[in-house]
Amino acid sequence: MDLTILGWGDTGWGDEMFYGALMTLAVAACAYALGIAIGTGFAAMKLSGSVSLRVVADLYTTVVRGIPELLIIYLVFFGGGSVLRWVAKGIFGYGEFIDLPLFVTGMVCIGVSAGAYATEVIRGAVLAVPVGQIEAARAIGMSKSKRFWRILVPQVARYALPGLGNVWQLTLKETSLISVIGLVEIMRQATVGAGSTKEPFTFYITAFVLYLCLASLSNRGFIRAEVWANRGVRTT
Amino acid sequence: MDWQLIEESWPVLVAAIPETLLLVFSSLMIGFVLATGIAVLRLSKSQLGSSFAYGYVFIFRSTPLLVQIFLIYYGSGQFRPFFEGIGLWYFLRDPWFCAILALTLNTGAYTSEIIRGGIQSVPWGQLEAARACGMSGFLLFRRIIFPVAIRQALPAYGNEIILMVKATSLASTITILEVTGEAKKILAATWSPVEVFIIAGAIYLTINFVVTRGVVWAEIKLSPQLFRDRKSFWVALFAKDEAPVSADQAAR
Repeated sequence: MDLTILGWGDTGWGDEMFYGALMTLAVAACAYALGIAIGTGFAAMKLSGSVSLRVVADLYTTVVRGIPELLIIYLVFFGGGSVLRWVAKGIFGYGEFIDLPLFVTGMVCIGVSAGAYATEVIRGAVLAVPVGQIEAARAIGMSKSKRFWRILVPQVARYALPGLGNVWQLTLKETSLISVIGLVEIMRQATVGAGSTKEPFTFYITAFVLYLCLASLSNRGFIRAEVWANRGVRTT
Repeated sequence: MDWQLIEESWPVLVAAIPETLLLVFSSLMIGFVLATGIAVLRLSKSQLGSSFAYGYVFIFRSTPLLVQIFLIYYGSGQFRPFFEGIGLWYFLRDPWFCAILALTLNTGAYTSEIIRGGIQSVPWGQLEAARACGMSGFLLFRRIIFPVAIRQALPAYGNEIILMVKATSLASTITILEVTGEAKKILAATWSPVEVFIIAGAIYLTINFVVTRGVVWAEIKLSPQLFRDRKSFWVALFAKDEAPVSADQAAR
């Protein structure tokens, strides 16, 4: 095993792998934000009184959690381009061939899949807020939006934090799957490097270590965030 | 919707189900044995064994399964002369062996945490009572620890099975033609994602439905005191919700 091929600069792959790691972080962060947004929406649907909304949300979480992420990625990758071209032609009258934007595609795939898990986390957090507090807020005359922002949001955020930390870990690991559509993140860069140097182990073990570092560093961040969020909570 | 394509690819994808199930069963079986060993090590008094088990679980749960599969299948090629020398190359060049090895090591890490949780859920008083009756060692494990731990761990293990069914799709990246692999082959030839997605998705959802009901059935069978008559058994079998898959377990 020759580690000089992992050097920095033109002769080594170290900088390429580093930029791959940055790309992984970028796509994971965007997918995570998307996942939380989707999760909040579907959690609201699940908690709403409407039966049809609940059925739609249940269908979403069941389907996304029941079938492999890879299959979802293939669906979007093979189908997204034609949808995009159809929209471009139909609405904007643009007839040229459009390439699928890889970053957005990857973000959507991972975001949709993370959203299903975020839905359950947020739903559980909302249910953990005691009903009495909402009633008390209503009794002292808080408006609906005030109840939402002052009573619900701060507590839901705190209750959801551990679960959302797990969703982040899931998002981070799942980004490796979008290497199959060609977005140059850690995994893709490792495959390219392995192919051109014929040293696959060196590159995949580097990817392995990079994921390990990203996961443990961000895990530490979430633990600190949890401590911070619970600073005013009395414990017995 | 291209009905002819659905009609043509349906049997192809169904024929790939045994490959998926073979990957699931073999890795779950070996993985369970491995996980029990890891859980026992983790709970043992030996500092070395406990930290080894902790490190193993930490490493395998912090990295994507795809990296683990590639590291074993493609990575081993870099040391081909060495593996040929010790006679392991025959196994490591086989994608099936590598896929099952990676899936086993992966599920072993997650399952060991489930087993550990189950064992730790056994109330201390029950162990004391059993010891007071003169039980110890294997008898204590067989009569007290195992029955209590298995009930506690079963819902989480059911989720583990579903996640493994999903995880086997990654074997398609190292040339194994299970359901996802076949689906991708048809996709690349026809570019009709919706039709293929519907069939493959239906296959996975069906497998997972059977698994969840099977696990609920086992849960009911292990707590027969809760379901005395026939009717309540059938109602429970189809109405009882499975445990929700938690996000920390879900990521592979």
